[in-house]
Amino acid sequence: MTSNNHRFPRAPYALLTLGTILLLTGSYLGLFVAPPEHFMGDVQRIMYVHVPTAWNALLAMTFALFCAIAFLFRGGDFKWDARMEAAIEVGVLLAFLLCCQGAIWAKPTWGVWWDWDPRLTTTAVLLFAFIGILALRRFVDDPVRRGTWSAVATIIAYADVPIVYYSVTWWNSLHQLQSSPATVSKSFHLPLRMNAFAILFLMTGFIMLRARLASLRLEHELAPPPSHELDAVGELA
Amino acid sequence: MIEALRKELLLQWRTRAQATAVFVFGATSLLLFSFAIGPNASALRQHAAGFLWLALLLSSTLTLAETFHAEMEHRALEGLLLLPTSPRAIYYGKAIANWLQLALLGIALVPITVVLYDAGTPQLGSLILIILLGTAGISAPGTLYSAMTSQTTRGKQMLLPLLLFPLIVPVLLAAARATSLIILGDPMAQGASWLRLLAAFDAIYWSLCGLLFDRVVEE
Repeated sequence: MTSNNHRFPRAPYALLTLGTILLLTGSYLGLFVAPPEHFMGDVQRIMYVHVPTAWNALLAMTFALFCAIAFLFRGGDFKWDARMEAAIEVGVLLAFLLCCQGAIWAKPTWGVWWDWDPRLTTTAVLLFAFIGILALRRFVDDPVRRGTWSAVATIIAYADVPIVYYSVTWWNSLHQLQSSPATVSKSFHLPLRMNAFAILFLMTGFIMLRARLASLRLEHELAPPPSHELDAVGELA
Repeated sequence: MIEALRKELLLQWRTRAQATAVFVFGATSLLLFSFAIGPNASALRQHAAGFLWLALLLSSTLTLAETFHAEMEHRALEGLLLLPTSPRAIYYGKAIANWLQLALLGIALVPITVVLYDAGTPQLGSLILIILLGTAGISAPGTLYSAMTSQTTRGKQMLLPLLLFPLIVPVLLAAARATSLIILGDPMAQGASWLRLLAAFDAIYWSLCGLLFDRVVEE
């Protein structure tokens, strides 16, 4: 906890602005400039946000894992706890958006909102696992326990991802292969890359802001009660 | 660790009324699932394996939630941690005790499933193996999460399933598939790969949770 927290956070806002501009430009290019895809037509244009969201959701969760390990094995620095909380929250948001976008895409393409496909199901399982960790954080008042337990739960939940993925793959499969600049035609590259960086910037900005909020809250939690409250207690006694 | 296990088993034996209650709960949920499907014998038989594992999963939260009940009274957990053993021994003692209890519960629920859903099978040995592997997968993370949730002041009942259920999706999936293959026949011989998946899950979580447990209980 440094006085850093109380200065106006310039970097995250700059990232958010940059991200928004990039996202708008990339989406404009994706929606109006890039050619329609041969088989799926205009529906495919959701790829320009869907695929970057997927990458960044995974990135946010991986960052949460990194923070969890750092918190557990680097002497419990609350900087990492705040970052972990922020990364989990932003990751949950992105995973939720991912499921929504996937459903919007799946309805006209597959004819159903939801399918028990490995990646879809893994995302949903990951989403619920991380929501569970956020709930755990709400119910534990002691900051040390909260940090340690949610770090442990994050590591355990993350270890589950490959197992869920393989189990569901054996069970059922329908999703098309991952899209990346290597698998799609050149004319789709620019908006895809642009949006990937846009969401990366937005994600980083949000995580930084949210981590700042978390450490401010913690600082408030750990601070001794202000003197007038102590006086009130004294009067009661 | 053997001592810790012996203590847990003794404790479970002395509170066996609770295990009976959990069994009745599991049996009741099996009965309820059949009402949700309707009296369609073939559909019931089709879904029998899934229902068996759902019933086991739901009952397991009751058993797991009680794991640290005795330790929470009079702050006995601190006393246990002061003993010259590692917390890991306490964890494995409790996890194995939970495992045995859940496996027994699972085996006890099999006859109910057979009667209610007409899901008989001659391969009892494989069925017991699946139940052992599946309940091991529930018990390892369940015991660890129970250590967390029983120390929280609020939301004890809610948090355990909230944390545990998403995690054990692969266990439920693999165990239910393997059981289903045993009941309905396994022409493609897929059962073994599901068992391997369960074994892999067990190996990962029995070691990972044991490693992380001392972080959860340390002050």
